Amino acid sequence: MRSSLILDTVTRGAFPLVLVFSLYLLFVGHNAPGGGFVGGLTAGAAFVLLYAGGGIQRVHEVVPMRYENVLGAGLLLAGVTGLGSLVLGEPFLSSAIVKWHPPLLGEIKLVTVLFFDIGVYVIVVGMVIALLTVLGAYGDDPDRMPSMVDRPATTRRDRRGIRRTRQ
Amino acid sequence: MIVLPIAVPLVAAALSLLLSRWRTAQRAISVLTCVAVVVLATVILFEADANTAIVSQLGGWPAPFGITLIADRFAAIMLLISSIMTVVVLVYALGQLDDEREFRLHFHPVYLVLSAGISASFLTGDLFNLFVAFEVMLIASYVLITLGATRGQIRAGMTYVVINLLASTLFVAAVAFIYAATGTVNMAQLAIRLAELPDGLRTALGYLLLVVFGVKAGIFPLFFWLPDSYPAAPAPVTALFAGLLTKVGVYTLIRTQTLLFPPGGGSSQVILIIAGATMLIGVLGAIAQNDIKRILSFHIISQIGYMIFGLGLFTLAGIAGAVYYIVHHIVVKTSLFLVGGMIETASGSGTLRNLGGVARRAPVLGLLFLTAAFSLAGLPPFSGFVAKLALIQEGLDLQRGGIVAVSLLVSLLTLFSMTKIWGGAFWGKPQDVKGVIDGTERPLTMKLNPLMLGATTVLVGLSVVISVAATPLYALSERAAETLVDRQPYIEAVLGPDQVALP
Repeated sequence: MRSSLILDTVTRGAFPLVLVFSLYLLFVGHNAPGGGFVGGLTAGAAFVLLYAGGGIQRVHEVVPMRYENVLGAGLLLAGVTGLGSLVLGEPFLSSAIVKWHPPLLGEIKLVTVLFFDIGVYVIVVGMVIALLTVLGAYGDDPDRMPSMVDRPATTRRDRRGIRRTRQ
Repeated sequence: MIVLPIAVPLVAAALSLLLSRWRTAQRAISVLTCVAVVVLATVILFEADANTAIVSQLGGWPAPFGITLIADRFAAIMLLISSIMTVVVLVYALGQLDDEREFRLHFHPVYLVLSAGISASFLTGDLFNLFVAFEVMLIASYVLITLGATRGQIRAGMTYVVINLLASTLFVAAVAFIYAATGTVNMAQLAIRLAELPDGLRTALGYLLLVVFGVKAGIFPLFFWLPDSYPAAPAPVTALFAGLLTKVGVYTLIRTQTLLFPPGGGSSQVILIIAGATMLIGVLGAIAQNDIKRILSFHIISQIGYMIFGLGLFTLAGIAGAVYYIVHHIVVKTSLFLVGGMIETASGSGTLRNLGGVARRAPVLGLLFLTAAFSLAGLPPFSGFVAKLALIQEGLDLQRGGIVAVSLLVSLLTLFSMTKIWGGAFWGKPQDVKGVIDGTERPLTMKLNPLMLGATTVLVGLSVVISVAATPLYALSERAAETLVDRQPYIEAVLGPDQVALP
């Protein structure tokens, strides 16, 4: 895929801004519109922008991880947060609230369900990266079929007994 | 405690993704998790049976504001039998799937998510989370049904995805209507509030949910997607879908119709007519087919008619019969598909015309198939006989002669189509499609994978256990039906003792 200079330059500036906004959405989600899913989608949009500017290589430069690991890490964090309350004898997903008064910043309220939300955020980002990796590789190079559906070559004889290799 | 059958497979799916380069670790995680869920489900069943129902409010928010999980006896029975199926089918899949499908296409994490979705569908206590559970289950099933992405699978998968998306849209719309009319989605509270609605509105909402779950369960006339899409998937996936997924639809159908929309006094004529039509059309479709998987797929539909028959009678014995029938059917249907899958894997085709002599090439398959097939048709002393006897007796007691006659005729036709598979695949001259393609002489005895054979044998053994232990199992089904017919224990378990539903 040919990268576009203008898009690539804009992306370099916009990408961190969109990510910061997505983190904002993630953190205000407890009491205001937002949350892990919405924040994750916003961050996902940033990665799509990155992909549109510089192809899948750019995305992999920024997140040098296999998408399986990103997805797995998010799901693990969300699941373990839920199970943690069970270990402490509370119902699944019960949350503890910690209030904290640092100077100048006023009150900071930390709710453990935030970790669940972070897990959701990571899952959504991982899903977008998975989509870009699997389907995007095809967009980069139409000769290469999506790797998820590649099939090993098989050899079989046709009706006349001639060996044919099928892809 | 009852959240564990949902949470544990999800965490295991995460680990499985993280360890997706270590094949042995992935296999170990899947097997251990599925076995752990069976253990959990057994404990839950014993506790639910002793205490009528166990309830958990997620996050400690009280019902009806929070998310309620509830395992009454019916849910616990379904949870146990479905978790046993996931273990057996997993072992079979380890023997059947090639490395490509099993590891590169992420069979293991998706399978665990499917298992979590199924558990969640049984355990949820509110209508919206039932929708969420269905989606978790369905999205995993979309991946599994197209696992390998052959041309036929993509085509069949499209039908499956489109139909299920339509049904899900209708479902979420129905939940919105119900919420608009009653102001709650908690099922226990709905049981109270729906009774206060005008009759017309209540009936309309009831039929809307009947259509939604009817599509998922594959009842007449909404079954058309089923025999088209199921046979395309890999054998273990088809077996699990055939055994379990439509039965999740039947479970929710029974749950919502008994808890939320009980017919005022006596049986439901509409449901009985649907039941009769489902039985008859399903079995007629099966007779017309020439492929093992397709014949068996049509049988799913016909068998679902029997379960709906029990629901339609709407008496204690009728619903107990339906519960017992579901358990019997899940085991027997899955084992038939597993046998069919073994024939197909070993000889390269499931079309009856291309098969022959399996009984001579692999006598053990013949034995397994006959046991399961006789049970499906309802010959004594197999488990299908007990299940059908219970339903037919109750039908006669209530003087529903028409539906009883239909169900007897359908049993006969079921037996007929089973003999068709037997005659086409098991008897006759040994044939082998793979041998024809390779141009090689193939040995007379079929080579069977020990994992696949072991899993299938265990399952057929379980169906024998179900017929031998019919007395205690039927008693358990009756106790499950008691809490379905008398809704008070369910409502009290969720909302507390001072809530009363109108009759």
